[in-house]
Amino acid sequence: MQRLRQRALILQAVRNFFISREFLEVQTPVLVSTLAPEPYIEAIEVPLGKGDSLYLITSPELNLKRLLAKGFEHIFQITPAFRKNECGTKHLTEFTLLEWYSVYKDYVWLMECCEELLRHAAKVVGNWPVIEYGGMKMRLDRPFYRISVQEAFIQWAGWDPVANYDADRFDLDMVEKVEPHLLMNRPVFLYDYPAQCAALARRSSKDIRVAERVELYAGGLELANGFSELTDVKEQIQRFQEDMERMSAMGRRPYPWPAAFLNSLELLPDCAGMAMGVDRLVMLLTDARVIDEVVAFPFKGV
Amino acid sequence: MYDSSDLRKGLKIVIDGTPYIVTDFQFSKPGKGQALYRCKLKNMMTGYTMDRTYRSGEKFEPANLDEVQMQFLYKDGDGFHFMDTQKYEQVALTEEQVGEAKNFLKENMEVTVLFFDSTPIDITLPIFVELQVTKSDPGVRGDTATGATKPATLETGYVIQVPLFIEEGDVLKIDTRTGEYVERVKR
Repeated sequence: MQRLRQRALILQAVRNFFISREFLEVQTPVLVSTLAPEPYIEAIEVPLGKGDSLYLITSPELNLKRLLAKGFEHIFQITPAFRKNECGTKHLTEFTLLEWYSVYKDYVWLMECCEELLRHAAKVVGNWPVIEYGGMKMRLDRPFYRISVQEAFIQWAGWDPVANYDADRFDLDMVEKVEPHLLMNRPVFLYDYPAQCAALARRSSKDIRVAERVELYAGGLELANGFSELTDVKEQIQRFQEDMERMSAMGRRPYPWPAAFLNSLELLPDCAGMAMGVDRLVMLLTDARVIDEVVAFPFKGV
Repeated sequence: MYDSSDLRKGLKIVIDGTPYIVTDFQFSKPGKGQALYRCKLKNMMTGYTMDRTYRSGEKFEPANLDEVQMQFLYKDGDGFHFMDTQKYEQVALTEEQVGEAKNFLKENMEVTVLFFDSTPIDITLPIFVELQVTKSDPGVRGDTATGATKPATLETGYVIQVPLFIEEGDVLKIDTRTGEYVERVKR
């Protein structure tokens, strides 16, 4: 009960944060004809009969970028999103996602934006400037810790994923060797991912082997993921093709080709966008160890 | 066969020919990466635990475990002997396998024996058992503060703390989960 009240306050704080910065709150469809191919994120298919089907969004990303291409400059959406086979203490099949996008910005701006957003939300629920999560105190009034994926892996996993990317080992070592070190006395940004694991992110101008992708962690929770967005149509088409091939190789049926999105990409200005798990933000700020505690009626999947 | 997505607390699986029970489980998905299943597994033969991380799509053989109601017969150099009172089949478990339960085992007691692929590996006692006190010195007079206790030796040789009014020959009800005195059943 108490956590649901706090959740309402946090949602209101998020809205106020963006509206006061002249972002437009938008709504885009939850039921869509196609999605960005993601080898490890599976959408729920909604059959319409006669062999046709739609999908429940795993993220509103493609829709929001289409709005940017139409000329909107600063937008955000708070939406339910669905990911098949994801349930656990930090995962729900149906969860709430906050995404925001802004034109002529990059991932450095996203990091600053996350810092300000977390501070603002923590003040609203009365946990300022120190929040406690799972017995761990974190200061929010100082800059969050920043470490590149390359540094983190060399330091804690003993190898360099940028020089020699190994997809299988990367995920395993991320969970077993890197993430345990991200439990720090302040939130942490992990940034500059190997280009192979950033489907919709722009390559760094400093090192083309990495993509300008950033993840925010706090108290062991992976809170948000963002990119300096890829706007190169040719490269986007190539990455989608590669990911669709990977999906087929894994025995999954690829989604229909995202033509409408790719057409709009021609008009997409440079921009940056971030996706934050609202349920996890509420977990962090209300010291909930299990995601079920911050939603009204958790659906754990079948 | 089980799949990684079947993993959860309490699931019993076979790894390298040994039965394990999942005692802790965490679904994990780093960034946009693959789903990983982090498990704490307890070896059901030795009780030791280990950590393992599995990827999605891995297969696990379910541990073929059976529970059989059996009667405790006797203990000798070979271990603890039990009999299936329906089929009159006898099995023996080592002292290590019986573990703490040996403190409460008395002849003819009905227990549950756990079998893995027809080999007995563990026993479960009834929650409450009744055991007789074979030795207990009288409580010291004057020491009547509430909660005062004294040691008493049970017929199994196990020593527990009991209230001062308990005498030799009394039959006590014991909670096998905690190993503690519950009440006096008869004098």
